Amino acid sequence: MLKQYSFEETAVQTFDDKTSLAMRTEDMQVFYGSNHAMFDANLAFPKNQITALIGASGSGKSTYLRSLNRMNDGIATVTGKIWYHGVNINEPGVNIYEIRRHIGMVFQRPNPFAKSIRENIVYALRANGVKKKAELEERIEQSLKGAALWDEVKDSLDKSALSLSGGQQQRLCIARSIAMAPDVLLLDEPCSALDPISTVKVEETLLELQKKYSIIIVTHNMQQASRISSQCAFFHLGHIMEYAPTGTMFSNPQIPVTQDYIAGSFG
Amino acid sequence: MNAKRTDFIATVVIDLIVASVVGILFFLLAYILTAGLPHVSWSFLTGATDAFSGAGGIGVQLFNSFYLLVLTMLISVPISLGAGIYLAEYAKDNWRTSLIRSAIEVLSSLPSVVVGLFGFLLFVVKFKIGFSVISGSIALTFFNLPLLTRNIEESLSAVSRSQREAGLSLGLSKWKTELGIILPVALPGIVTGIVLSAGRVFGEAAALIYTAGQSAPVTNFADWNPMDPASPLNPFRPAETLAVHIWKVNTEGLASNAAALSAAASAVLIIAVLLFNLGARLLGNYLYRRVTASK
Repeated sequence: MLKQYSFEETAVQTFDDKTSLAMRTEDMQVFYGSNHAMFDANLAFPKNQITALIGASGSGKSTYLRSLNRMNDGIATVTGKIWYHGVNINEPGVNIYEIRRHIGMVFQRPNPFAKSIRENIVYALRANGVKKKAELEERIEQSLKGAALWDEVKDSLDKSALSLSGGQQQRLCIARSIAMAPDVLLLDEPCSALDPISTVKVEETLLELQKKYSIIIVTHNMQQASRISSQCAFFHLGHIMEYAPTGTMFSNPQIPVTQDYIAGSFG
Repeated sequence: MNAKRTDFIATVVIDLIVASVVGILFFLLAYILTAGLPHVSWSFLTGATDAFSGAGGIGVQLFNSFYLLVLTMLISVPISLGAGIYLAEYAKDNWRTSLIRSAIEVLSSLPSVVVGLFGFLLFVVKFKIGFSVISGSIALTFFNLPLLTRNIEESLSAVSRSQREAGLSLGLSKWKTELGIILPVALPGIVTGIVLSAGRVFGEAAALIYTAGQSAPVTNFADWNPMDPASPLNPFRPAETLAVHIWKVNTEGLASNAAALSAAASAVLIIAVLLFNLGARLLGNYLYRRVTASK
């Protein structure tokens, strides 16, 4: 039997300087049919930092993340505001394809296309109008270097992406996202299907990438959150209970539910 | 009974079933080939048929079968591709979609002779196209559409959802994702469907008797202008196919060696189907390797 916690007692930090933010949500609600899955989500994400979203399975952290680049369109109903560069991108008239080029996403299971490594990176670029061969080549090299994969695959760019190991595939997916030159990178438990060594490589990659991108990562691994994130938000049953700098969150959680979760005496 | 024993018995039963299926297939193949091949000669493969008795070669019919197949595929593959993509990707799960699905199922269970008579009344008589390759291919398209649509829909749906999400998350439109990412992965399954429906087209007789006709006028194989009445490529000429020819030789043929003729034609038909299957698979594999960079 799960312990009952009050959803009224929350400790969510806010940021006064809105220009330092990559994006934020205001009173976001998510419904799957009649099932209310996300309640009044108010979170703000500082630029060039890694923000971790933690919580138990079913706490709504993936649902929240997928709403940020409108990947829940057609799956769930998302209300409220999602602010990105002064624009509410949760409006019906917004060009979602344009949005997704700015807010990239990496998924739980590595999902490279069944194409060559090169094609994996340039396919979407070409579809978006980047045609010059020199520029494509440069983007391939830059993005693969950014994802710390270049040295491993530079001699086999025409090999199938499916011949790579799981960890390499996931880094290819990261490279594919950053090749689009996004602004924000969303990662949905990117290491949950990887072994510890691949996980370390992905984490090192992310720490490097935060210099250029604002990163929001869902993880069920608290060690991972404490290793790489600067900010940390704790989700519980569709509610955001606590949001604080990661150090504070892990050393000095403010409310009982977070204390119990971090101490491992949850439920 | 313990698990090991149950499993052993089940394995034996399944093996026997598979063996009997394969056995029947090989028996049929061997029978048709041994009965027919001795009568096959170069002049039989390329020669013209005597219009009155049905005796003589099957050159024109062989060409007609392939030409009809190609034309049918040119019409039916794009249509069923569109329908399959619609059903797999765009159709919402509501009563309208299930109505479309049941309509497709009904279409696939229509007897071929009914489709043939329908084609005869509509294209041959009403539209005054006459017995022709084009009337035949449109009638055969009716057979092909349900099979192919279903097959394409299933091949597309079998591709993992994560591939679609990957495409969408990169800002690709749904259509672009479908065409550039999902379709190449689904290609082997689609090729299998095309091969299966091609076999049906090759073997179909009833629907073609009324639409493509039962005569194979002598064509001039040096004339490749599709507008000329004598050209083999003219889609408006009557075109008896190999399967129709076999039927005709056996029912109306006056040739003294009708049995040998039909046996030989059957052997050729089977070999043509096998060759087509093999060719389609090789082409499919080649395309798949090209688009997916696998080996």
